[in-house]
Amino acid sequence: MANLLLELALAIGAAGTLLAVVRLVKGPRAASRAVALDVLTLITMPMMAAYGLYAGRQIYLDVALVYGILSFLGVTALARYADRGV
Amino acid sequence: MVHHIVGAVFVLIGALFLFLGALGIVRMPDLYNRMQTGTKATTLGNVLTMLGLGIMHPAWLLKLTLIALFVLFTNPISSHALARAAHRVGVPMTPLTVKDTLKDKKPVVKEAEV
Amino acid sequence: MQRLPSILIAIGPLWLLWIALTGSTDPEELVAGGIVAVLVAVLAGGEPFSPASLKIFQPRRFAYALAYIPYMIWAIIVANFDVARRVIAPKMPIRPGIVTVKTKLKTPVGRLALANSITLTPGTLTVDICGDELCIHWIYVAHEDIEGATREIVEGFEKYLEVIFG
Repeated sequence: MANLLLELALAIGAAGTLLAVVRLVKGPRAASRAVALDVLTLITMPMMAAYGLYAGRQIYLDVALVYGILSFLGVTALARYADRGV
Repeated sequence: MVHHIVGAVFVLIGALFLFLGALGIVRMPDLYNRMQTGTKATTLGNVLTMLGLGIMHPAWLLKLTLIALFVLFTNPISSHALARAAHRVGVPMTPLTVKDTLKDKKPVVKEAEV
Repeated sequence: MQRLPSILIAIGPLWLLWIALTGSTDPEELVAGGIVAVLVAVLAGGEPFSPASLKIFQPRRFAYALAYIPYMIWAIIVANFDVARRVIAPKMPIRPGIVTVKTKLKTPVGRLALANSITLTPGTLTVDICGDELCIHWIYVAHEDIEGATREIVEGFEKYLEVIFG
């Protein structure tokens, strides 16, 4: 029962990432794409953790945390670049 | 076994919020509103998912809390930086916009297509 | 060397974070974490900590800081449901705009906390801070004037933050 609910949650999360990819492709400008990328990370992080539990591997939590840190740095760097050029 | 089901329900609700955040960035008309729904409707989804996973597997609770706290602290910073940069380079706002006090304060510098 | 007190204060939280991340109290891990904490604290010059950070342990501030956590959680939940409703509704009831609000908070860390709290509650997003004014993107502008917007967005948080960081 709990596993079934987890699978359902993972499926919903996957559908969410698909929607985010739609915005990533459509744009229109780089800023909108950056937002889409940010949302993609925010969905992927908890889904990674959920999959880690589903697969019974704790290492996925560290992967999710590092992924979050890298994405935060990426988005902030992009914003700073747009703001005043590197 | 009960805590497994309770936790899984939390994860499911969290996933629904994450989905709504993604739906928001597809539906909303301009960058700023996308940011409102996209990067922030997902914070509750994130926290609920981590909470649910923590209920299902209490041994992981500490690390899951750290991830949730990380999201809570960094998410406002990156969305603020992105919004400010977008406003500076003049990313257009939707015609529905009723007011823009920031525009009156500073001249918008038009630079590269960002 | 005037940063030394800040650096010493910064080492504590950094070390605790290391211990929480590794999840072990092995002596080797503790020593490695201590070394890394000292290095990071020195490189960052103790930012964003300062001797004033210790004031958080004054009973009144500490109590307000504790009370702020459930207040913030409740604000996030309410606002999240509000934004979720706007996303689902077929006609999308949005009335976006950027409004100006004023804050009474003086310290940079206090203003940072206020801006982050405002951004964390969906529906409001801090775009810029200039002096004691914050420019906030609001998904449904209820008040266009400074006084109304300040009352609606800022005052709830400010009540707590004034005591915690004031």
